[in-house]
Amino acid sequence: MSRYTSATDADRSEMLRQIGVESIEELFREIPARLRLSSPLGVGEGLSEQEVYEELRTLAARNVSTEDEVSFLGAGMYDHYVPALVDSIILRSEFLTPYTPYQPEISQGGLQAMFEYQTAISELTGLPVSNASVYEGPSAVAAAGYVAKLANGRRRFIASRGVHPHSRETLATLAHGWDMAVEEAPLSGGTTDWPSIGDDVSAVIVQQPNFLGAVEQLEPIAEAAHRAGALVICACDPLPLAVLKPPGECGVDIAVGEGQTLGNRLDFGGPSFGFFAVTEALMRRVPGRIAGETQDADGRRGFVLTLQTREQHIRRERATSNICTAQALNALAGIVYLTWLGRQGIVELVELMIQRTAYARDRLEAIEGVTPLHDQPVVRELAVGIDAPVDRVIARCREEGINPGYALGQDYPEFEDGLLVALTERRTRADIDRLAEVLAAAIAAERSELAGARR
Amino acid sequence: MSAPRGSASWFTAAADDELTIFQRSKPGRRAFVAPGLDVPERPLDELLPPALRRAEPPRLPEVSEPEINRHYNRLSKRNFDLDTGFYPLGSCTMKHNPKLHERVAALPGHAKLHPLQDPARAQGALEVMWRLQDALAEIAGLPHVSLQPSAGSHGELAGVLLTRAFHEDRGERRTKVLTPDTSHGTNPATVTMGGYDVVKVGTDQAGNVDLDDLRSKADEDVACLMLTNPSTVGLFETGIEEIARIVHGVGATLYYDGANLNAIMGICRPGDMGFDIVHFNLHKSFTQPHGGGGPGAGPIAVSERIEPFLPRPQVVRRESSENGSEPYFDLDFDRPKSIGRLRGFQGNYGVFVRSYAYIRSLGAAGLKEVSEVAVLNANYLLARLRAEGVLDHLPAAYERLCMHEFVLSGSPMKRDLKIKTLDLAKRLLDHGVHPPTVYFPLIVDEALLIEPTETETKETLDRFAEVVAEILREAREDPEIARNAPYTTPVRRLDEAAAARNPVLRQT
Repeated sequence: MSRYTSATDADRSEMLRQIGVESIEELFREIPARLRLSSPLGVGEGLSEQEVYEELRTLAARNVSTEDEVSFLGAGMYDHYVPALVDSIILRSEFLTPYTPYQPEISQGGLQAMFEYQTAISELTGLPVSNASVYEGPSAVAAAGYVAKLANGRRRFIASRGVHPHSRETLATLAHGWDMAVEEAPLSGGTTDWPSIGDDVSAVIVQQPNFLGAVEQLEPIAEAAHRAGALVICACDPLPLAVLKPPGECGVDIAVGEGQTLGNRLDFGGPSFGFFAVTEALMRRVPGRIAGETQDADGRRGFVLTLQTREQHIRRERATSNICTAQALNALAGIVYLTWLGRQGIVELVELMIQRTAYARDRLEAIEGVTPLHDQPVVRELAVGIDAPVDRVIARCREEGINPGYALGQDYPEFEDGLLVALTERRTRADIDRLAEVLAAAIAAERSELAGARR
Repeated sequence: MSAPRGSASWFTAAADDELTIFQRSKPGRRAFVAPGLDVPERPLDELLPPALRRAEPPRLPEVSEPEINRHYNRLSKRNFDLDTGFYPLGSCTMKHNPKLHERVAALPGHAKLHPLQDPARAQGALEVMWRLQDALAEIAGLPHVSLQPSAGSHGELAGVLLTRAFHEDRGERRTKVLTPDTSHGTNPATVTMGGYDVVKVGTDQAGNVDLDDLRSKADEDVACLMLTNPSTVGLFETGIEEIARIVHGVGATLYYDGANLNAIMGICRPGDMGFDIVHFNLHKSFTQPHGGGGPGAGPIAVSERIEPFLPRPQVVRRESSENGSEPYFDLDFDRPKSIGRLRGFQGNYGVFVRSYAYIRSLGAAGLKEVSEVAVLNANYLLARLRAEGVLDHLPAAYERLCMHEFVLSGSPMKRDLKIKTLDLAKRLLDHGVHPPTVYFPLIVDEALLIEPTETETKETLDRFAEVVAEILREAREDPEIARNAPYTTPVRRLDEAAAARNPVLRQT
């Protein structure tokens, strides 16, 4: 008998007798014999709980996590502190183990949490309608593109080159299926240099702050897009929205983004959640679950999944999306975290990041061999050029226990030796000073090696 | 005056009208204390011009930590959950979620690993992914796996886009995808999202795909047939080999919706049946907790001819390096025919850790036993319901041995006892049971789709059969009881129509 089943031999004989068959094999008699496996799966033998724990612990030890080095890696996911309260709540069986709330009378906890989450996302984005979550950031951008396609049926997207490379690629993957093209608007001086928007453009896509950390001007492109009848999609880092002008107030029609920074751990990239907020006009095209308020038979307030005629289980091939299981538990972590930060706290957190990022910018740009890639306002991330092979510089820093950031050249050949440095509240002034020191030494060492090679 | 309220055991702390966290807000309260400013402060206007800033902070709640804690703990008690009770929700595989998995997924080496960490410094994570790929390939009977899709529907979308890439690579432009009329809603929705037209295939008297209908619709415009096997009516598709011949005969791909994989692990394999592309629901067959609607993960396994098109990047093991060192794990971006990314980074890694732990715990014999007991439990529950006389009012949609789930029709019950399937479901709530899936599959009138899973005991199944019988007896005497149920839950039947008519989607 395996660990997670409980049919004893006695149970089995009694159950088979009741069914009216001789053996368990007989239950599978409808499967053609040719298809039946004659040997065990090649997945090894089962292990005890402690052996599995040891194996996963050994594998974990072969990773260098943000506990093992001082990390300035960002580029879409960030090493924020996750409060103990979040873990405690999302590990509760009542939130961890139910299915999607198809039976609202016994799912009020999850549904109300969704409603609260929607409210918080609506506040951050300045848009009236939020869904209950989508998978994650880049696929949320693609899902927003699909809403635009459904809304106006036009053929082209124009995406800023400042949009996360994963988001642009994900949108292109899906848009191929719709016979739509994704064109790129270049960056100039750190922000997007928009071309004129033609009346065949379905949507423009911008990121706030953009991949280089720069804060974009949203109003001008929103006005231009709306004049051409195009929608405006903005992928946002949610924490900076505590301080930045909300996309909804800038004319953005669809605000989406990666929710990892809201109380979710890094987990090597997932699971996290994507948020998805729209104008009133697009309410009935939103993908995924939405919780809504209603009343029960006794007139008491309650919550249900609503506007379900958008969804695949009702509308099938005419649904506005195929999404079913999304990221409810991660979104719950999101609302608990946002509540924990609170109205004042979230501003204090973001202002702390702004101050420390400004400090880091000054410190790094003062290093010989470091030049700014732009001088736009930033919130939590900055981009610099390194006058030395960036990969080698990064490797030298890591040997000193500092991960200085993300090498931009992988995605931006025009910034071949560019470095993207991310800050969170976990990176202190001492960490920044150490980064500056280690980075300066690494660059100097590389430059002297190069100079030596030239001599 | 409200109806008499009982006290079902899992709702001991159910309160009256719960306020939302926003309604509990009071200016000045807080939980978070920011770390001190340790750098020279500069005027904010200098760093971020006022024109780029919002006029006032977002109206997030202002509450203290004790209040947040109590609020969400109280809310949790207004949920029914799998750890507390029986959850025979068909097609969802609500099996036990081992606690070990939460422990190993939370190890800092996994949980605090940045997704853009250099692969050389994420060897443990890449090895977990590589080993999981290997195990899933073996279970599917197909050689290549991508872990990237985030859920079943995302895996389906990957499958349709892979199919498109496969045909386009051969210079073909096909327009249609076939789905059975029994399919999950995600199948046709995915087809549309993938840019194809849906063509429905019928079901025959025995519950199988109607082969004549399939033959008449399978032509050179068909890109793919999406199929679930066992089907959504809980039956093994006995004509699967002929289906594969028909589909491959017109050059189309055969797609396997893995929602029902729990019935056949170690018994038979989709790859051996002729499927080209398979998706897994790690949150169904492989124990990722459902979380009230996610997270999940929807890896895909594919045949050789589909492999070149898999999403980018792929986790690979590089066997040797020039200096004879150990094999190492890497991310392969150099995939020129790839459909591209489906999401950011490498997928829902935390889910992979849990599912890998599950496969390691059970091994080959354990996985096979999972499917054997899942099928045993389903057939036993069907037999017990028959013995209780339940099938007189709720007949099985098909008189065959079922696989891991089965469908009943509430049509006679509605006619004779004057209660609908919905009423039965709501009355089950008062008995502390999560109802089965209702009104799906669509081809069965007043359908109930029941999936007990392998982790439930015989005693639980016995009790469920008795409870259903009891509700039917009660309905014979007074159908109004079920029609107005539930009575013991935190709220009673909710007005869903009103919610959709006049949407209130946020706290104002």
